[in-house]
Amino acid sequence: MLVAFIQRAVMQGIPLLFGSTGEIITEKGGNLNLGIPGIMYVGGISGVIGAFAYESSVETVNPFLAVMIPLLASLLGSLLMGLIYCVLTVTLRANQNVTGLALTTFGVGFGNFFGGSLIKIVGSDMPSIALTQTSVCFKTQLPFADKLGWFGDVFLSYSFLAYLAIVIALLASFFFNKTSFGLKLRSVGENPATADAAGINVEKYKYFSTCVGSMIAGLGGLYYVMDYANGVWSNDGFGDRGWLAIALVIFAIWKPNLSILGSILFGGLFIIHNYIPNISFEMQEIIKMTPYAVTIIVLVVISMRRKREHQPPASLGLSYFREER
Amino acid sequence: MVTPAIELKNLTKTFGNVIANKDVSLVVNRGEILSILGENGSGKTTLMNMISGIYFPDHGQIFIDGKEVVIRSPKDAFDYSIGMIHQHFKLVDVFTAAENIVLGLNEKGRYDIKKSTKKIKEICDLYGFELNLEKKIYEMSVSEKQTVEIIKVLYRGADILILDEPTAVLTPQETQKLFAILRRMRDDGKAIIIITHKLHEVLSLSDRVSVLRKGEYIGTVVTKEADESVLTEMMVGKKVELNIGRSEPENPELRLEVKKLTCFNREGVPVLNDVTFDVSSGEILGIAGIAGSGQRELLESIAGLQKVNEGEIIYHNPKTGKTDNLRDKTPMKIRDLGVRLSFVPEDRLGMGLVGNMDIVDNMMLRSYRKGKSVFLQRKQPKELADKIIADLEVVTPGAETPVRRLSGGNVQKVLVGREIASSPTVFMAAYPVRGLDINSSYLIYNLLNEQKQKGVAVIFVGEDLDVLLELCDRILVVNSGKITGIVDARTATKEEIGLLMTKNDNGGETIE
Amino acid sequence: MSKLTKSANEPLFHIVKRDALPAWLAWAIRIGSIVAALIVCALVTVVLTGENPIEVYATMIDGAIGSNRRIWGLFQNVAMLLCISLAVTPAFKMRFWNIGAEGQALIGGLATAACMILFGDKLPQPVLLIVMFATSIIAGAIWGFIPAFFKAKWNTNETLFTLMMNYIAIQLVSFFTYKYSVPKGSGQLGVINRATEAGWLPQLGGHNYLLNIVIVLGVTVFMYVYLKYSKHGYEISVVGESENTARYIGINVKKVIMRTMLLSGAICGLTGLLLVSGTDHTLTRDTIEGRGFTAIMVSWLGKFNPVHMILTSFLLVFLQKGAIEISTDFGLNNSFSDIITGIIIFFIIGSEFFINYTVKFRESKKGVNA
Repeated sequence: MLVAFIQRAVMQGIPLLFGSTGEIITEKGGNLNLGIPGIMYVGGISGVIGAFAYESSVETVNPFLAVMIPLLASLLGSLLMGLIYCVLTVTLRANQNVTGLALTTFGVGFGNFFGGSLIKIVGSDMPSIALTQTSVCFKTQLPFADKLGWFGDVFLSYSFLAYLAIVIALLASFFFNKTSFGLKLRSVGENPATADAAGINVEKYKYFSTCVGSMIAGLGGLYYVMDYANGVWSNDGFGDRGWLAIALVIFAIWKPNLSILGSILFGGLFIIHNYIPNISFEMQEIIKMTPYAVTIIVLVVISMRRKREHQPPASLGLSYFREER
Repeated sequence: MVTPAIELKNLTKTFGNVIANKDVSLVVNRGEILSILGENGSGKTTLMNMISGIYFPDHGQIFIDGKEVVIRSPKDAFDYSIGMIHQHFKLVDVFTAAENIVLGLNEKGRYDIKKSTKKIKEICDLYGFELNLEKKIYEMSVSEKQTVEIIKVLYRGADILILDEPTAVLTPQETQKLFAILRRMRDDGKAIIIITHKLHEVLSLSDRVSVLRKGEYIGTVVTKEADESVLTEMMVGKKVELNIGRSEPENPELRLEVKKLTCFNREGVPVLNDVTFDVSSGEILGIAGIAGSGQRELLESIAGLQKVNEGEIIYHNPKTGKTDNLRDKTPMKIRDLGVRLSFVPEDRLGMGLVGNMDIVDNMMLRSYRKGKSVFLQRKQPKELADKIIADLEVVTPGAETPVRRLSGGNVQKVLVGREIASSPTVFMAAYPVRGLDINSSYLIYNLLNEQKQKGVAVIFVGEDLDVLLELCDRILVVNSGKITGIVDARTATKEEIGLLMTKNDNGGETIE
Repeated sequence: MSKLTKSANEPLFHIVKRDALPAWLAWAIRIGSIVAALIVCALVTVVLTGENPIEVYATMIDGAIGSNRRIWGLFQNVAMLLCISLAVTPAFKMRFWNIGAEGQALIGGLATAACMILFGDKLPQPVLLIVMFATSIIAGAIWGFIPAFFKAKWNTNETLFTLMMNYIAIQLVSFFTYKYSVPKGSGQLGVINRATEAGWLPQLGGHNYLLNIVIVLGVTVFMYVYLKYSKHGYEISVVGESENTARYIGINVKKVIMRTMLLSGAICGLTGLLLVSGTDHTLTRDTIEGRGFTAIMVSWLGKFNPVHMILTSFLLVFLQKGAIEISTDFGLNNSFSDIITGIIIFFIIGSEFFINYTVKFRESKKGVNA
């Protein structure tokens, strides 16, 4: 049972990991993108639209295309969302909080709208969106995973997107700490005036980090539909996971490698009630509260300790305008 | 004849109506330290900002190694091997020294911190820097931060170095260390420009001195052939008659006594050191000094805005005859004691006024609490606003115009008008005529004189020595947080004050 | 000649802050952006439904004000959105990013529902109503005060703190809806006190929502007066504009932050009461329907002016109602209205740039020769 619990916890955690890695990359560039929940919806539905178009156009699916088309569609969808955010906040210097919230309203609406209306719009005769074939392709496991007992179940039983999430998080950590590119990006989020003086193109870096962050976050939505939900889109099914991903950013004190562990922990808290015998419904809800409560505690503790490395990027949430020296 | 490392020809830069630099021409050779000397606002920093790509000149030419160049951005300046160390360090606090040094260089992919560290160490050894490269900036002292800035430009291969007031934040020991390093760099063939207003440093360090005054280039002398009085005269210029009226103080009585006042900044360095003086009613006490010598902290201590570490601020109340110690009291408490203190701060729109509020609402800043009502009383402020607009000839579309939209002179009239309206017994003004045109300036002088004649104790922090000499009764000179002299404004000379402002004073600065 | 080469190398254009546009021009830009947004929305709708745009707009207007019932519904929704928007405004004016209105309102709703359930048959109606008002307002105020306290004390990031507080509130509501659920274990409260109508806000003049609307009008007037004519409101403005000035005139910034968030939370709590006791007569985790977030946009778009906010919240609700009608008419999904809302807001916040900044091009006459 423990094995099954860890398995489910990881699967719950992967969308959060995508979301939080994306948001960390975005925030390191100084943009507090509260549109992440919307972007994850868009990432999910774009993949669904791509898969839907492909599945309904062919008789038998080619596994490679069945994965690539939704994947690219998802990336494109979230990239466009990231671009909207950047045009408004970086180029037009709009308020980041307002823009982000509007983006979430828009993105969640977009996801639910197409999720609910796709069939009607294209006039298809399918009863509901169930992309089983695509989902099967997405869920392809390593061939020898089920032969290795509990070890295989805990470590090797996931689909490629799950491993991709972990690889991206580790890569992000590596980029921040070991490359000159990461150093420049962090300097933009910490002190854009200094970065500017050092010859770094602040706007370019902000665009880049926000757009890449959005695309990564969008994959979380894709993973949820194709993998966790077996290719079945249900409106609002994704729930508040986007906000949980933002909580995870704080919990992991802006470190992507910590958010790997954090995501599994949060994922576990999300489902642990299924594994506690005789637990009442109300206690389940209290357990679901813990990730947010823990995040608040982390937030308060880091602000009380004032350790500089654990603070949010110093210019988080502020637009940069060179002439306002 | 050698080709100079950098040559400026007729550089001019204006900001709106203000001429910051006018036809400035300079030459700096390799293997030479050039000092640029000038008072506050003489245009030194603007000039250097044009070389380092922050400002673009209106006209004039810059030559590097004899070739004319165009410098549009800090990056261009780097490409011409020009490195500037600003007064306000541009460092990322949470990065280590090494990370800050390599930041922004175009190294592809994974940066080789080992290789970089080796290169940085070589630079340190060459010139004698001591620096822990793994230390984070926020853990560093000011002098360490400065070291990082200098290494940063050297790491980029700069061989023309510009240092803007590098010693302003250093202790004498640190200053000596820095000078030793600069000399080593000079001997290594680098061209060094150092902006300063400390005469003794100029004399001990540089090979040649160029002097600016009010944006104009005055001349260049070889240091060996110059002495303090020659340089001071070049810097402050001949006395100019301004014809500001001045009356004799009438019935002066002691109003404010400051005793042994000492304040530390966040780094624990004293910004005010054992300051003792007094002001009487009916006099104008001028405060002269290089910018950042403690003037702001002094006024803010009296106004209850600055944490005081030692000393007393005694107010003699003319109504009751009693005395009160104002130390560690908030502005509210000071008011509640019946002390009628007015303060025109240096930062008019950031502190004295709220830019986005209209004139009427700005009038209320001081008085809105009056009365028990939870609502604001706008009638009196409106009357006051109208009165100030009429009396001081404030140019504005109306009393409901946000002060942000007024010109600098009119903003100041609104602020001074409000502070005078509370009929103060002590009136403090920091740089009240900065950025104002001639007419507005005279209006302010007249207002100060009026206050003096009414028996107010006026404290006036100024930067133009001619004005201080003609307006004030006594002038207190501060230098690095200490008082270096209190002179009679009727008899003192410009050179005398200039020397007090700049003279080397080792005492009291040595606290680490 | 050198002068020419240099100016040719200046950047082609750069962005500078504008002094201030005349009010009519600023409004023209805003209205222009709304018109542009409506055109884009129409295009989107036409692409999705295949109807002609006039038909679409007619449907929209019909959806918003097509019948008496719809008009009442419209005003009720405007009132609820406006009430939360008014609540967050003083905090925003002070530059305190309270994005926790959703939670503050929900916790107020929870307090209301709890009173209705626990005291519904124990207290006479007037006493019950008073208790409900008091507890919901206090609950919301506490929810707003907690992040403010940490902000004042340790400068804890209030955006993230208030955001997290929303979900604590949502989970608390889930907890209690299970605890009090009818029937047991269903996770739903059903209509509370259906038979006795205890704790239901009374109807005014036979209209379901009139009392709500009147109360919100009262809050609007209060907030307008509070911000513009009270000493507190004045302090909020000063703190928001410049903390340095606040210090200079001796305002206790920490006190103002905590006091203002108490008020902000209290009004959110009141909104929760209006929604639970005056509208739905039940409580779910979705009772606030995201208004806490939309309110932030309303307040921002209305420039923190309660009168402007009436217009912005009306605009948003009108479009939402209209879009919902379109989606029902054409068999689409209700979330269509969120898409429309999003597009409108993108356009309006984007337009602020053209009011605050201007793009200066390099003077062409210098560049020609080079």
